[in-house]
Amino acid sequence: MPWTPDQPIISLKNVHKSFGQTEVLRGISMDVMKGEVVCIIGPSGSGKSTLIRCINALNDIQGGSITVEGQELRDPKLDLLALRKKVGMVFQQYNLFPHKTALENVMMAPIKVLKQNRAEVEIRARALMKKVRLEGKEDAYPGELSGGQQQRVAIARSLAMNPDVMLFDEVTAALDPETVKEVLVTIKDLAAEGMTCILVTHEMGFAREIADRVYFTDRGVIVEYGPPQSFFDDAKDPRTKQFLSQIL
Amino acid sequence: METVLDWLQPDWLLSLSVVSDDYNRGRYLSGLWMTVKLSVICIVLSLIVGIAGAAIQGAKSRALRVSVGFFVAFFRNTPPLVQLYFFYFAIGTVLRITGENGLPQPLVSNFGWAVISLSLFAGAMNIEIFRSGVEAVPKATIEAAEALGYTRLQIYRYIVLPLALRISMSALGTNLVNLVKTTTLVYAIAVPELLYVAAQIWSEDLNVREMMNVLLLSYVGIVAVLVWVLHRWEKALRIPGYGG
Ligand SMILES: Nc1ncnc2c1ncn2[C@@H]1O[C@H](COP(=O)(O)OP(=O)(O)OP(=O)(O)O)[C@@H](O)[C@H]1O
Ligand SMILES: [Mg+2]
Repeated sequence: MPWTPDQPIISLKNVHKSFGQTEVLRGISMDVMKGEVVCIIGPSGSGKSTLIRCINALNDIQGGSITVEGQELRDPKLDLLALRKKVGMVFQQYNLFPHKTALENVMMAPIKVLKQNRAEVEIRARALMKKVRLEGKEDAYPGELSGGQQQRVAIARSLAMNPDVMLFDEVTAALDPETVKEVLVTIKDLAAEGMTCILVTHEMGFAREIADRVYFTDRGVIVEYGPPQSFFDDAKDPRTKQFLSQIL
Repeated sequence: METVLDWLQPDWLLSLSVVSDDYNRGRYLSGLWMTVKLSVICIVLSLIVGIAGAAIQGAKSRALRVSVGFFVAFFRNTPPLVQLYFFYFAIGTVLRITGENGLPQPLVSNFGWAVISLSLFAGAMNIEIFRSGVEAVPKATIEAAEALGYTRLQIYRYIVLPLALRISMSALGTNLVNLVKTTTLVYAIAVPELLYVAAQIWSEDLNVREMMNVLLLSYVGIVAVLVWVLHRWEKALRIPGYGG
């Protein structure tokens, strides 16, 4: 049964994930429709990174199911490349390739992995650099860029694969307050264009502004979720309330 | 002191038999050429062995990883001269074919064994050097490549290897200089490199002191060239804003 856009683009059903003896995800369920922006918040160690890493199969799961555009990730015949092409990921520490210029960082995967034509990739890569507001920094190496600039290159690098979904794992957590904004603006642009986004973030104001839904996780379960308005102003669960009171 | 000063007379250079005597000059130059040839071939092969070995050590198959481990241990923990003898006398005498005259002939020449033996010896060291470079590449960088759909081989080729090479550069330089110095061992299986021809010249002309100086200076020169090349290479690999 092929996936159609009226079905969730990402669907998690009762997902369980353990590292050895420790169970980190204990029955997570979540549906995300195409074009939605979903924010995940929660205390440190609650499993937020693990959760989104499972969605592009950087981590495997031991129970439940995850589908991306209808494709079950636990299917042994899963085409990993096809999945990674669909799902882009941006990390807290940028993780750019330090020996390549900003532009080459963006161009490399389409050329080496997707075997696309170099000249065409370069045109798109330059456009992406412009889109993340880094025109003029094409030939800079990551070590010559600020954290915020590196993070925007990392976003452009993911976008170069033309993903259908973007995962962001605390992408502003390592940045100075002034540079946080430039990265958030980039993400906001993306969301406004209809990109499906799943973000782990501690930027509550940002979550309130762009999220369609906010999820609160604690110790491997989803405690509460809802539209940002009701979630932030009218949380039901005491754990959510306590967390929000600490962070706001 | 007096004699040392005598030595530094301007006509000293001209009195060197490797300069003045056509026959000796020819021998010296052929020895020099042999040393350079041996060094260059062994450097290239040892780099290939090192890169391939370090890649295999990152492979999934345990059997493969263990075999590379044994290979490295064998070449690290035995003297290179014994390795050379082992190849030449133990394996070389078994690997024979029947020549045109009906007599058994060695399949691999002494030069061939010198290349094999030294390349494997230096290659084993390179495996260790590259491996520690590979281990120093941040896991997160590799993960970013995985998330972009790179295969294991593509990650090794485009990300891990270029970074590991930069990290390994100084240890690699030391090992390659050592390799050049170790080429003198092949004297023992009569490969006519510098040391071998020098010994020929001094046993005929009885100019041991002279030839010793020529030898030392020759190696100073060869190693200086190698160090210069390595330095240029390191400079070419340097990335603005990254590392030291
Ligand atoms: N590779 C791993 N091996 C073993 N345990 C791990 C591994 N990765 C994460 N964990 C554990 O899983 C739990 C959840 O980690 P995770 O990184 O998903 O939390 P998080 O919600 O992202 O926290 P933070 O806000 O600090 O980033 C933690 O207790 C962590 O120690
Ligand atoms: Mg995390």
